[in-house]
Amino acid sequence: MSHLLGARDMARFVARGFLRFDAVVPDAINRAFLSESVPEAAPGTPLANVYPHGSALARLLALPLVQGALESLLGPAPAFDHHYKHENPAASPEQRARGGPTSQHTHQDSSIDVQRGFDVQLMYYPHDVTRDMGPTRFVPGTHLRTVNELSLARYQNIAGQQHLVCPAGTLLFLHHGIWHGGGANQSATARTMFKIRMTPTSPQVRRFDVPTLSLTAVSRPIFVPRPDEPESVESILLGVEPWFEHDTAQLEWMARIALWRHLIGHPDWDVDYWLTRLHNPARR
Amino acid sequence: MMRQRVLVLYLANSALDSPVIAWASYDGTGARRPMAGDQDAPPYSTGVHALQDGWRLFQASTLAPPLPGQELAVSYLKYEFWFEQLGEVAR
Repeated sequence: MSHLLGARDMARFVARGFLRFDAVVPDAINRAFLSESVPEAAPGTPLANVYPHGSALARLLALPLVQGALESLLGPAPAFDHHYKHENPAASPEQRARGGPTSQHTHQDSSIDVQRGFDVQLMYYPHDVTRDMGPTRFVPGTHLRTVNELSLARYQNIAGQQHLVCPAGTLLFLHHGIWHGGGANQSATARTMFKIRMTPTSPQVRRFDVPTLSLTAVSRPIFVPRPDEPESVESILLGVEPWFEHDTAQLEWMARIALWRHLIGHPDWDVDYWLTRLHNPARR
Repeated sequence: MMRQRVLVLYLANSALDSPVIAWASYDGTGARRPMAGDQDAPPYSTGVHALQDGWRLFQASTLAPPLPGQELAVSYLKYEFWFEQLGEVAR
C-alpha cells in the first residue's frame, strides 16, 4: 500500500503550509526518544545517515506515514539541514514571582528565502501537550510570504493562529516559511518538541500519489459562492484564511497556484483563470 | 505618574473601519504583560471601535505602490495602525 500523499493532502500543504497527524508515533518510540541522546550532524548529510540504526528517530523516520509524506513533499533521499530539541521548561518560582514566563516572538525560520521549492520542518511531540504547556503556535497560510526571521515579531496575535495542543506521538510537517513561535509554559511540566529540517536533493515535481491528480485546468465563473461544492484541489487552493487582507487573498491564491504548477510539472495549469489572465499574450 | 500604553491593530484594508486581522499591545504602566499568542480573539472588531473606547490614533501605515517586479509578492501585513492611551503606573 502506498503511503504517498494524495493530491488533496498535497494541495492542503501548498495552501496552508502544514499537515498534522495526531498520535501516529507509537508510544515505544516516544519513550525511547525521551531517554536517548541526539547525534550531531552537518547540514547536507543524507537524512538516512543521521540517526543510528534502531534509534528512536531512525524508527520514527521509517514509519510508512513519515516515509510517504517526506517522499511526497521532498522527493527521494532528502538531505538533513539541522535539528533541534526544544525544551520549554516548567516555570520556575522566580519566573512565577515575576509574572510567569514569556512566549517566543512570532517568526519565520532561517534567512530570507525566495526559491520556488521548499524545505520541510518536521515537528515531533513525544508526549501529550496541553494548552498551559505553551504549545507551538503557528499561523496557517503564512508560508508563502517573503519576510525575514524575527522581523515579524511585532505580530503578537493573528486571526486564525493555532496552538498545537496534541496527544503524544503527534507530527507536524511544516513548510519552512510558516510563521510560528513557542508558547509560554505556565505548567509544572517541561514541554519537549524535536524539530528536523530537511531539504530536497532533486526537483520536487510529481513526487506525491500522482494517479490521484487531475490535470484538467478548471475555469469557473468567479466570485460565485459554492458552499455545497465537494472538496477538491481547486477548492483547497482557493481557501481563505481569517487573517487575509481584503486585497491579498487573490495574491495568495496566485502564489499557491504557481507553487502547484511547479509540484505537478504543468506550467499552464490554473484554477478559475487567476494566473492565465495575468499572462494573456494578447496584452503584452 | 502616567505612562504610555500602545495598541497596534492590523486591518483588512486601509480604512480604519475595516476588520482587525492581527493585533499587539505593549504596556508602559506595568499593569499588564502582553505577549505573543496570548489572545485568540481581537480586542476590537475594527479600528474605529478602538477609537470609541478611548484609544488615540497616532500613526497609520502609508499606501506604498508595489516595487517593480514584486507586484504579485506577498510579504508583511500592510495596514498597520498605532494607538495610545495614558495610564497610571502600576504599583
